[in-house]
Amino acid sequence: MIGIVSYGTYIPRFRIRVDEIARIWNEDANAIKQSLGIFEKSVPDVDEDTATMAVEASREALARAKIDPKKIGAIFVGSESHPYAVKPTATIVGEALGVGNYYFCADLEFACKAATAGIQICHAMVKSGMIDYGLAIGSDVAQAKPGDALEYAAGAGAVAILIGKDPIAVIEATVSYTSDTPDFWRRDLQPYPSHGGRFTGSPAYFRHIVNAVRKLMEDHGYTAKDFDYAVFHQPNAKFPQRVASMLGFSEEKIAEGLLVRVIGNTYSASSLMGLCSILDKAKPGQRILLASFGSGAGSDAFAIYVTEKILDFPRNAQVWEKAKNGVYIDYGLYLKNRRMIR
Amino acid sequence: MVPRFWRKIKYRYDVVASYCENCGNYYYPQREICPKCRRKGKIKDAKICDEGRVLSYTILDGKCIALVELENGTKMLTEVCGKVEIGSKVRKAFRRYGEESEDGIIYYGTKFVPIESDKKQKA
Ligand SMILES: [Zn+2]
Repeated sequence: MIGIVSYGTYIPRFRIRVDEIARIWNEDANAIKQSLGIFEKSVPDVDEDTATMAVEASREALARAKIDPKKIGAIFVGSESHPYAVKPTATIVGEALGVGNYYFCADLEFACKAATAGIQICHAMVKSGMIDYGLAIGSDVAQAKPGDALEYAAGAGAVAILIGKDPIAVIEATVSYTSDTPDFWRRDLQPYPSHGGRFTGSPAYFRHIVNAVRKLMEDHGYTAKDFDYAVFHQPNAKFPQRVASMLGFSEEKIAEGLLVRVIGNTYSASSLMGLCSILDKAKPGQRILLASFGSGAGSDAFAIYVTEKILDFPRNAQVWEKAKNGVYIDYGLYLKNRRMIR
Repeated sequence: MVPRFWRKIKYRYDVVASYCENCGNYYYPQREICPKCRRKGKIKDAKICDEGRVLSYTILDGKCIALVELENGTKMLTEVCGKVEIGSKVRKAFRRYGEESEDGIIYYGTKFVPIESDKKQKA
């Protein structure tokens, strides 16, 4: 049995309310909250970035796993906000964790689904016997141009998933659906991403997730009833709610993992943060559907089965505790923390 | 600057202190010789604890520089991100130290953050 042997999360402590951003741009905060289902988002400190958050989440995962860091044979960091264009974030993480020098290492990039691709790679490497443990990390400090609609959602956070044998949650099956779809992109040397407006919905998010999940169910004989929880990528609260209903999942099954309302879209960490908040509560014998989405575009769907081992696994501090325990800042401090003013 | 920082990575990314097996004291920054036991001392590398307490602090260039005592008695001078008082509990955090320049190396290392007991509050 191969799957998740440990997990760790990091949400920076600052929050900015949608109302505060709307105040600056003279927009209707209530209309935005209504349409996005987002009320506030997480903001990193001035000296935090994708690498520092990846280290924090990984340290929590390792402390919970109680394994020697040198047993980690691979580290993959998925992000669209790596601090360097050339120089891997994963090397910084490996050094800070003290994994030694003999390990497979790479940064992955596939918009918001790079970290679930990392989980698939680690899973395959453990299965083939190449490594004992692999660490897949999703970490992002999402960039948004001041005044762009993305600014209300672009949050920050990191998740580290340790893959190995004898897990707290088995990865029973995984399927990916991929196509060349230009819904959202950022060209080299450009500071902020561009998006295809309405093009982000049906041909991108919904088509890819629905096709990945349906194929997972078809190939492995699941129906929506076989899952106790479902968690999807969360660019806002509306998309996951709609895709859940398209796939036959009730509101209750996605409620636990819907963190976007209070921390915004954490990009590579988004669906995995939801997964971790579900693992915080999950009982042995429960099954979780996970489907990420990355623009460009693709979706990775997973069937995850919780084992008895979760009962002895340390799960505090829980994701929702971290999400709710924030310190509010105003727009000026937000710009400073995001290093947009110095 | 790059080679100098690179050599210190081991000590900055996850702080390593010196432990004297003879007297049981921890020292940071690292020592070659135990200042107490001198020749009788036996110095070894030791990872510092994750948590500690602020003994004293000052604000320098808008940054909080604190003398922190860790659980094993190691004392270190370090930056603390956030508001603290004498006696505040802090924990180790991985943060940016700065950067060489806009197109230069980014320096990372260990700082400390207050252990959150605060509910939602205004910064
Ligand atoms: Zn001594």
